[in-house]
Amino acid sequence: MNTPVVRALLYLDGVNVTFDGFRALRSLSLTVETGAMRAIIGPNGAGKTTMMDVITGKTKPDNGDVLFADGTVDLTRHDEASIAELGIGRKFQKPTVFESHTVADNVLLATAGPRGAFSSLWGARARVERERIDEALETVRLLAHRDRRAGELSHGQKQWLEIAMLLAQNPKLLLVDEPVAGMTDAETETTAELLREINRDHTVVVVEHDMSFVRALDCRVTCLHEGSVLAEGSIDTIASNERVIEVYLGR
Amino acid sequence: MIAALLAEKLDGRGKIFLIFLALLALLVPICNLLVPAGSAFHIGTGTVVLLGKWLCYAMLAVALDLVWGYCGILSLGHGAFFALGGYAMGMYLMRQIGTRGVYGHPVLPDFMVFLNWTELPVAWWGFQNPVYAMFMVLAVPGALAFVFGWFAFRSRVTGVYLSIITQALTYALLLAFFRNDMGFGGNNGLTDFKDIFGFNVQSAGTRMALFLASVAGLVIAFLIARFMVTSTFGKVLVAIRDAESRTRFLGYRVERFKLLVFVVSAMMAGVAGALYVPQVGIINPSEFSPINSIEAVVWVAMGGRGTLVGAALGAGIVNALKTTFTTGALAPYWLFVLGALFVLVTVALPAGILGAAESLIKRMRGSGSPARKPAE
Ligand SMILES: Nc1ncnc2c1ncn2[C@@H]1O[C@H](COP(=O)(O)OP(=O)(O)OP(=O)(O)O)[C@@H](O)[C@H]1O
Ligand SMILES: [Mg+2]
Repeated sequence: MNTPVVRALLYLDGVNVTFDGFRALRSLSLTVETGAMRAIIGPNGAGKTTMMDVITGKTKPDNGDVLFADGTVDLTRHDEASIAELGIGRKFQKPTVFESHTVADNVLLATAGPRGAFSSLWGARARVERERIDEALETVRLLAHRDRRAGELSHGQKQWLEIAMLLAQNPKLLLVDEPVAGMTDAETETTAELLREINRDHTVVVVEHDMSFVRALDCRVTCLHEGSVLAEGSIDTIASNERVIEVYLGR
Repeated sequence: MIAALLAEKLDGRGKIFLIFLALLALLVPICNLLVPAGSAFHIGTGTVVLLGKWLCYAMLAVALDLVWGYCGILSLGHGAFFALGGYAMGMYLMRQIGTRGVYGHPVLPDFMVFLNWTELPVAWWGFQNPVYAMFMVLAVPGALAFVFGWFAFRSRVTGVYLSIITQALTYALLLAFFRNDMGFGGNNGLTDFKDIFGFNVQSAGTRMALFLASVAGLVIAFLIARFMVTSTFGKVLVAIRDAESRTRFLGYRVERFKLLVFVVSAMMAGVAGALYVPQVGIINPSEFSPINSIEAVVWVAMGGRGTLVGAALGAGIVNALKTTFTTGALAPYWLFVLGALFVLVTVALPAGILGAAESLIKRMRGSGSPARKPAE
């Protein structure tokens, strides 16, 4: 493969994904600089989640470049586990936590460290300091719930638990799919604050429909439509873009 | 040191379970060998053999619970690993017969002489050596589980599809072992054993030793399983059961965890089969029949999956019922009873008998002492 010279943490170019003839991504191109925060908006079915699936190795693109770390890594050649190892973490659209584990164990499993089947038998991970777990839980205000089963948490708390797991995983790039779905206004505000804080030392890509939340993130916005980029720019440019209003905001 | 490790790895129910097994290992020999035959406390050798059989089933249940209860791999073919371990033991026992067979051939088992074979098939080489045979008890089920798991888990076959192919696996082996030219005794299987490790398999002393070995086997299997599920490895297994793809996105190679636990479980099942065969005195292809594997799933579901102790308990209870219902006038109704019990337990007691018993105890204690903090 002739790798183009890329100076960005994440670089997508000409990515196509087809499901049974349906083109979910059409020559999608997107660049996210190291240390940036990026919001992705777009109508249902625009391909936002599919894009995350491609980046994290869940879906293989038909063609196109998916590069990481200044173009040094071709993500299409890695599977989910090794992409996670490379430093890409993900929060799912539908909150997915390990329901029968305690809140603390959910974070423990996410904590950066050896992931081998044999090494985990000999308790290598059991030594992860309690403080690190508690620190992550403190950040998302779940410390009081550390010993509860994750399945008992409310929808919003599960969303936060997922964010705590991302924090513990400490990836270079965080992909956050609809973090405030089902949250109250106050919770939404807290989450925006939290993501901005995380953005201080991580690159973050956030997919969200809630425009006031996107505004609170105060970052560059990309609008997807039918599998490709419709517009990109500051929140004000996007909000006043006629095409964006037509296909998404104006509905 | 060991005591401290045990205390750390065992929960309350595990301790009770081990105490129960210790009592069994103490009382059964006393009641069988020391208490005179006329006494009400005497346990006949037939009962000892029956209990030994149930212990082997309990071991199979623990093995199955390890993969199903903790990792969500519903194997409907675990009977195959049990039977393979049993065949490995059976082959060793056949080679011990020597010239005492009907045909008196020094090397070939009777059925081979009957088929006019003149040479021992390669698969049988070395089985006269007990060390090699015991190695094969572990290696054959382990290798099959490894090859099967390697392909199935890497290509991400899960759920019902995986269950179906495990069932197909045991069915295929059933058909293969039925064939005379496979060289494992065809539909008659392997039987008429004489000695095991130099002792007469029929003698009361050997039977007691085999019973005690079964207790020991169950204890060891339980401790290994307990060690695995209480480690971080076990946490990853449960994570895979709850949300497999989430586990992958956290950087865990799910297929490796599944493969490791599947192979360990298959070996456990193999040892259970190897302990079973000298006690029942025969191994034939019917041990591969799909219904056996399904029954094992019923034991685990009824006892309480994901608890290990519950699985063993379920094996004991269901087989005790089976013995009651398959002898005498009730025999034709056994399958109905089994089906009804299964439906009843899964609908009314989703956590199994153990889960239901434990929550009952908790509730009784809770109402007994108001100082206790209320349930969340
Ligand atoms: N595995 C799949 N098989 C078939 N079609 C799929 C698959 N995954 C996604 N699609 C389709 O691709 C399109 C894009 O889906 P995607 O989930 O990426 O949208 P989205 O932008 O995340 O939408 P939403 O805002 O509703 O989450 C949809 O039409 C969806 O039905
Ligand atoms: Mg989506």
